[in-house]
Amino acid sequence: MVYLKLFWSFFQIGLFSIGGGYAAMPLLQNQVVDLNNWLTMAEFTDIITISQMTPGPIAINAATFVGIKIAGIKGAILCTIGCITPSCIITLILAKLYYKYRKLTIMQGILNGLRPAVVALIASAGLSIFSLTIFDTNQIPFNMSHVDFIALGIFLVCFIILQKLKLNPIYVMLIAGTMRLCANWFI
Amino acid sequence: MKTDFKLYMKLFTSTFYLSAFTFGGGYIILPLLRKKFVEEYGWINENEMLDLMAIAQSSPGAIAVNASILIGYRLAGLMGALMTIIGTVLPPLIILSIISSFYASLRHNILINIVLKGMQAGIAAIIIDVTVNMSKDIFRQKSIFPAIIMIGSFIAAYVFKVNIIFIILICGILGTLSSAAKINRKADK
Repeated sequence: MVYLKLFWSFFQIGLFSIGGGYAAMPLLQNQVVDLNNWLTMAEFTDIITISQMTPGPIAINAATFVGIKIAGIKGAILCTIGCITPSCIITLILAKLYYKYRKLTIMQGILNGLRPAVVALIASAGLSIFSLTIFDTNQIPFNMSHVDFIALGIFLVCFIILQKLKLNPIYVMLIAGTMRLCANWFI
Repeated sequence: MKTDFKLYMKLFTSTFYLSAFTFGGGYIILPLLRKKFVEEYGWINENEMLDLMAIAQSSPGAIAVNASILIGYRLAGLMGALMTIIGTVLPPLIILSIISSFYASLRHNILINIVLKGMQAGIAAIIIDVTVNMSKDIFRQKSIFPAIIMIGSFIAAYVFKVNIIFIILICGILGTLSSAAKINRKADK
């Protein structure tokens, strides 16, 4: 039963994460943290962090991580298969249509409407992670007396580095980790 | 039969290699796939590769997975697609399995805990940076429709906790309607 649930959750994540990159993140948070409680928000943030530093798509990495935690290696394989099944079906159908008509008008129309929504959803998931790191909770209202100023400082430095220098995110992660380590050393 | 096997193996090993050593997600792996299959092997021509990449980006799911499905299928049918899928998925599956087995014990390590805490602030900055850049692109279109979709979905998701799948479906339908209307307007002129 839990196998079926894992498969179905990751099938939905695969089916509705459109736009690549971080598009899967809000859906993952929704299925894995909010609906099924397979991971805590902190564990979810960890897996996004780990994904940033390991090869492979976020959704596949998360599928393995969640699958193993809930149902062992069998669960990991099942989640991964669930996650890629919609891709297999839809890419092959789109390819067939494309070679027949040489156009992707309908899909491009859908994408035009979706792109701004996907940005908004990623922003929403990003804010959850932000509030978790700064306020140690992702529930509104935030407790203003529990602000982690070191985390806030690291966030600001990283954000400025990214905006101004366009540095590779992997280096930003290493800088962030090192800054926290140094801060703990001296403070 | 023997050549088939060779082709399958080559599809598997090349996607496995790319997937294992490509950090930074779908948009990074696309040019590498192009380099391998267009420039190095010469199995797919430049224009067809661009078409395959467009389809990969229009389909749901991870772009790297979509692209390798299409390349495998184009070169060796369903069996080829199966080879490239396994090649693409296996490296993250193996790497994350190893990390998961250490995760619980590492999470309690004080040093690792501190580093991860710092990295959490880093990942928050990376995601906020990505969304700031993406939303700048949306506002730069100087069109009211995408801006309304973006602000509306943000409020729906973050403030009202509306089901994400519902938001995606609605916005997909709105997008289709608006581009259909655009095509009609062009036809009227």
